[in-house]
Amino acid sequence: MSIRERLSGNEAVAYAMKQINPDVMGAFPITPSTEIPQYFAQYVADGLVDTEYVTVESEHSSMSTCIGAQAAGGRAVTATSSCGLALMFELLYVASSSRLPVTLACVNRALTGPININNDHSDSMGARDAGWIQIYAETNQEAYDNFLQAMPIGEHPDVRLPVMICQDGFITSHGVENIELLEDEIVKDFVGEYQPENYLLKHENPLAVGPYDVTNYYMEHKIQQAEAMKAAKPVILKIAEAFEKVSGRKYGFFESYRMEDAETALVLIGSSAGTARAAVDKLRAQGKKVGMVKLRVFRPFPMEELAAALAGCKAIAVMDKAESFSAAGGPLFAETRSALYDLDTRPKAINYVYGLGGRDFTVDTAETVFAALDEIVATGKTGEVYRHIGQRSE
Amino acid sequence: MSFKAAEIHETSPWQKMTIGGEIYEGGTSRLTMTGEWRTKTPVFDAEKCKHCMLCVPFCPDSSIPVVGKERLDFDLDHCKGCGICEKVCPFGAISFGKEGE
Amino acid sequence: MKKANKPVEIRWHGRGGQGAKTACLLLADAAFSSGKYVQGFPEYGPERMGAPITAYNRISDERCPVHSNIYEPDYVVVVDETLLDAVDVTRGLSEEGAIIVNTPKRPEEIRPMLGDYAGKVCTIDARAISEQTLGKNFPNTPMLAAAVKISGVVEADKFVSDMEASFKHKFAHKPQVITGNMAALTQSMKEVQVG
Repeated sequence: MSIRERLSGNEAVAYAMKQINPDVMGAFPITPSTEIPQYFAQYVADGLVDTEYVTVESEHSSMSTCIGAQAAGGRAVTATSSCGLALMFELLYVASSSRLPVTLACVNRALTGPININNDHSDSMGARDAGWIQIYAETNQEAYDNFLQAMPIGEHPDVRLPVMICQDGFITSHGVENIELLEDEIVKDFVGEYQPENYLLKHENPLAVGPYDVTNYYMEHKIQQAEAMKAAKPVILKIAEAFEKVSGRKYGFFESYRMEDAETALVLIGSSAGTARAAVDKLRAQGKKVGMVKLRVFRPFPMEELAAALAGCKAIAVMDKAESFSAAGGPLFAETRSALYDLDTRPKAINYVYGLGGRDFTVDTAETVFAALDEIVATGKTGEVYRHIGQRSE
Repeated sequence: MSFKAAEIHETSPWQKMTIGGEIYEGGTSRLTMTGEWRTKTPVFDAEKCKHCMLCVPFCPDSSIPVVGKERLDFDLDHCKGCGICEKVCPFGAISFGKEGE
Repeated sequence: MKKANKPVEIRWHGRGGQGAKTACLLLADAAFSSGKYVQGFPEYGPERMGAPITAYNRISDERCPVHSNIYEPDYVVVVDETLLDAVDVTRGLSEEGAIIVNTPKRPEEIRPMLGDYAGKVCTIDARAISEQTLGKNFPNTPMLAAAVKISGVVEADKFVSDMEASFKHKFAHKPQVITGNMAALTQSMKEVQVG
């Protein structure tokens, strides 16, 4: 039933877009996401989609295009990376506060500077508080699967939030791997039609979008947004369940790998999870009780669920592929440690910032981190909490 | 949750407000009594008025009602007292006094 | 000779514009067609024509979870002989594996340029083959064929028939290119020297 293929992550997302056949694409190129609008332009030229392909002069405009199109009642998609996402920053907030479920393929790349085109998560992590649902992929397969789930999640009447589908630049976006694609008809049925209750082109019902809010109204609308993000949690699980029925592939907020009796564990996001999984297998073969949690959904943050998954550990290392310059740790660490606070007995937790600007994360790196956790378990001393790994040092 | 603009006010709970502040109808500016902003009030002298209607399109707040071919007295619920109508009237049919005069 | 449950790992060295990345992706394609799980990925930087570039393959019977670069390859393919002076091409290379170099020289002439590497040294004159069969210097097709022959990641006959099907599909409007490429493949598999 499913189609065996080999595609890069960018090809996979462009293919998902083709199968979805959105109404509008706001297209502006930036490395390493450029191939997505490039491949999609070919689909447009070949008449395989009905999409209005709008070539704009900047990412500020591509997101504006998506916002306008979505408000008009259409489905809008775009793709970007790094500085492109940064240039969209204001509009990210407009999309989410106007409750327009735009879908953005974010191909994660370091955000300047020094200028760098390689992968880390500093771009999307910088936009983590913009009110977008954020779902991260480990592989090309997950990038494809997540993209197909984005619209049913974002467009759900309880949610109505934009969705950012993230994958690791170059590592996933340009790496060709095996993938199982769904047939067009199955995708069409699964994603369904976009049926907003109100939209600008609905003739019989005039609509104004994005009005000015005076102080007496603003906070109420922000609470609505916060409530929508909470409401997204059960919807994400429901859509994942429906997706499993058509694909056979299971998704949740995160994946727990060999966590049943794990004493130490890594918590991380994206393509490094596969590498960490290989390290876990290697150490398990040596009799060590190690595990890994790969976070898939960062917004909404699955606080209680993640805490429960880590509750049995003695020590954990949270791996951040982004600096937040808080002088206290990266963004994933801040959230994860906050989640652990509600446990009666909680594991000791350290943070490693790693992989910045494409610095490679290897099985050896993961083993080094597990060794540091062993040390904490053995001595009972956490030591320095905010650490970096992979950098040269004296 | 399609609330009408008239149903939403400054004491509405967030559950009783439209999503994202969307407004699902036209002409909602009538619901806001901008007349409160006024410091000077226009006075209409019906005897001098020739119903030339020049003041009507100049009024930024649509506060000069017209019925048939006749210009009526000001809609003071919405007039902000900007004074444009006084400037454009060729017949001196509009004058301004301080609010309360 | 492969360690159990480990993918075959291949590292490609080329220069920007020579098609090393394309050859790497073609090898992934060929292995995919023979039913394998594949990874094919270049190491990216600011691309410049002529600058040394690296690309990688992992090929195995099950999905390979690791997403790092390859530091201990089983095979190394050098698409441009001049890189032997510029890049430590045998770094981490398994002694049980092999290095395949595009050169008119014989393996024993190349070996002294590879430091103390004790594994197999293979040579293939991809330039000459390409110029004879395709009329131009496109070394990637003969290098791909040599890599398949030496590594055995894809069964040779299956590889040749898959590539023919793929060329027929890709160059339906230019049949002479199909003949040339097929000749380049088979000649390369015949002529690659193992030393």
